[in-house]
Amino acid sequence: MTDTKKAKHHREPWVHIVKRDDLPWWKAWLIRISAIVIAILLVGVISTLLTKVSFLEVYEVMIKGVFGRLFEGGSTTMLWKFLQETAILLCLALAVTPAFKMRFWNCGAEGQALMGGLASMICMIELGDKLPYPVLLGVIFLTSMLAGALWGVIPAIFKAQYNTNETLFTLMMNYVATQIIKYYVYIEGGGSNTIQPVAAGNLPIIGDNRYLLNVIIVAVLTVGLFIYQKYSKQGYEISVVGESQNTAKYVGINVKKVIIRTMIISGAICGIAGMLLVAGTDHSINTNTVGGQGFTAIMVSWLGQFNPFIMVLMSGLVVFLRMGAGKVADTCALNASFADIAVGIVILFVVGCEFFIRYSVKFKHSNKEVKA
Amino acid sequence: MGKPVAIELKNITKTFGQKVIANKDVNLIAYKGEILSILGENGSGKTTLMNMISGIYFPDEGQIFVEGQEAVIASPKDAFGYGIGMIHQHFKLVNVFTAAENIVLGVNDGRYNLKKSKAKIKEICDKYGFNIDLDKKIYTMSVSEKQTVEIIKVLYRGADILILDEPTAVLTPQETDKLFDILRNMREDGKSIIIITHKLNEVMEISDRVAVLRKGENVGVVNTCEVNPSKLTELMVGDKVELNINRTEPKNVADRLVVNGITCYSRDGVKLLDNVSFTAKAGEILGIAGIAGSGQRELLESVAGLQKLQSGEILYHNPKTGSIENLRDKTPMQIRNLGVRLSFVPEDRLGMGLVGNMDIVDNMMLRSYRKGKGMFLRRQKPKNLANDIVDRLQVVTPSVSTPVRRLSGGNVQKVLVGREIASSPKVLMVAYPVRGLDINSSYTIFNLLNEQKEKGAAVIFVGEDLDALLELSDRIMVIGSGRITGTVDARTATKEEIGLLMTKSEREREGDNND
Repeated sequence: MTDTKKAKHHREPWVHIVKRDDLPWWKAWLIRISAIVIAILLVGVISTLLTKVSFLEVYEVMIKGVFGRLFEGGSTTMLWKFLQETAILLCLALAVTPAFKMRFWNCGAEGQALMGGLASMICMIELGDKLPYPVLLGVIFLTSMLAGALWGVIPAIFKAQYNTNETLFTLMMNYVATQIIKYYVYIEGGGSNTIQPVAAGNLPIIGDNRYLLNVIIVAVLTVGLFIYQKYSKQGYEISVVGESQNTAKYVGINVKKVIIRTMIISGAICGIAGMLLVAGTDHSINTNTVGGQGFTAIMVSWLGQFNPFIMVLMSGLVVFLRMGAGKVADTCALNASFADIAVGIVILFVVGCEFFIRYSVKFKHSNKEVKA
Repeated sequence: MGKPVAIELKNITKTFGQKVIANKDVNLIAYKGEILSILGENGSGKTTLMNMISGIYFPDEGQIFVEGQEAVIASPKDAFGYGIGMIHQHFKLVNVFTAAENIVLGVNDGRYNLKKSKAKIKEICDKYGFNIDLDKKIYTMSVSEKQTVEIIKVLYRGADILILDEPTAVLTPQETDKLFDILRNMREDGKSIIIITHKLNEVMEISDRVAVLRKGENVGVVNTCEVNPSKLTELMVGDKVELNINRTEPKNVADRLVVNGITCYSRDGVKLLDNVSFTAKAGEILGIAGIAGSGQRELLESVAGLQKLQSGEILYHNPKTGSIENLRDKTPMQIRNLGVRLSFVPEDRLGMGLVGNMDIVDNMMLRSYRKGKGMFLRRQKPKNLANDIVDRLQVVTPSVSTPVRRLSGGNVQKVLVGREIASSPKVLMVAYPVRGLDINSSYTIFNLLNEQKEKGAAVIFVGEDLDALLELSDRIMVIGSGRITGTVDARTATKEEIGLLMTKSEREREGDNND
């Protein structure tokens, strides 16, 4: 023991991690924004190293990849594609958010959106020439929401009744949904693995902006969900159940009911995302229609701290990087995974900077503080 | 004092953020072969100070000297290097391991040889008088046994300075006596023992010296033999506090809640409540005494509609309509819809009574958010209520939109009790309402309970401090192992009487086994 006592006689450690008080909101945001800036710079550096394209040119390529020639007076096609992809990702992120607030880990947005899309597809094919257009749209809207809600409520019922693990359950439901789509495509496509785009039951085009309606629908959902979570009684119940089921029971909230109701909402919004993809975008369906965005959405929801308005920014950022880095990879003959790497770097920084918001790092006994 | 110094703190300061000063310029010496009590109200910085000695926190300023040499303690491992061991309030043991396995866990002394280690542990046990089965798994142990394992663990690692954080909070009086005997043995052996506590009688009983902390500062170190409890209280709170609770005679007493033979089982089939019957009367405080975990929680939760019952009935006499409602098998919602004015301050404040991450306003709404038509919340009334409670009960908080988890324990409890009495209850159940609270907050709570009693509520008060129970209650019902072992008049009963009732069922059971 005396040995250890002596051995321990070293200097005081270099740094201490100290918990902070709550930072004023603007300081916290300064840290977050600087994290994003640093991350984007890092993406640029890595791109330069990999491609030998000059540093600034990387960003030029990126911006062109996202906005096309918009800033040179060109068409707005690329901009709309950017908005469309952001809207879809945001829609899925909005969908999982109420469930997450309730600490119900809905990893099944992918499958729920696929089922919503399938419902749209079936309506378009089967009812396209039988119903007047406005009625058809209404039917598509409702059935898609129902299908998504159904896919979401099944795990919720099992969770409420038997306390099954919702993460695994919702994940498995994704595979079931994918197989159902596969089967449907096989039947409808006559074995060709594709369904030709259907002309009936497409969402209307406002002006000549193909995706404007999609963007509007998601914008309405964003505001709606914000209000629902913050100002409605049901939203309050979701928070209470998420924070503590014991408290919820103590004040007489029917926890099972809240779980089931919330997952119906979550699934229904996923269903809307599926409808926007099928009736509003592709006019067809395949197993890749949602393309893994149901999982990206989970991350967007977390990054946005379950606040719909912050999620708008986060989904925009993710889509910007995905498209931009994709373009860089294209132009410079890099592997397509480059886009994933870029997104990964930014997320690492965004998540990592939360540490510096909650804690400060102190060097020795000086009172200097180092911020991100 | 001719004794050698074990550890010395010089000008220790620790702040959390800019606002909270946990310790300020604390100087303290602990000698070898003595028991030093650190006394202070909740939030006075006792635990923070000890956490700095045991390597959990690092001081912002000041120095620590161990046996005269300056020590840098940046982690619990460093602390062990200096022979400092801390026994925390919440035990840090691996449940599925045996006592012996837990004790040797993390000690790097050559090859893992449990047999050899056990011999060494036995030696320690014999030396200080521990009595424990080393092959018993932690999850089958009582709280007191777990604590014993923690203490042996620290000794096994060669600690010469032992810090115990509120060691008696979870023990029965008998277990406390046993612990104190062991602590005295260790003192004889030359160990330096520091206990953190806020129980005055224990300070008087066990310690040689007392250091009193107030608001993070050391306000005085005194020899125990030269002081009395009221002097210590004075030091602790700054100015003299009236220790008497004003107990009025019950008025307009009437049966309010009649419980008949309720029985319930845990999920594993253990009987938690065994044929419990009692009556809570309007206008009086019914105290419930018992060793922790004897069924108090289940009893209150049964009434609140949170516990499934196998048999019995819970009858509420509605003073307004004169009707009698059976609350058994009803949900909290159904109970409320029957017009039963029942309030419940549960033991687990932040895990059940309140939502820690929500602000005071939103916590006020927990009971009432359904009120009003439509799907949207109305925050105006809860906000007024929150402001009112903050003013009236002197809740220390930056604002009513501060998350309650950031308030201190006493303020959290004021918020919770404030909300529960705001609905002017006819039955008010409170579980351990002053646990962890400083003296001033405790009296605020006691006064609120008295106020409710005078307003004609039937107050059911589950407590652990027998002195407080005897001073506050009108009748005291004692529960042991899920059974009611007796009810006494609080004005005439003695602590010994209640203590005997508390352990009655245990002894009866042992008697059964011997037959």
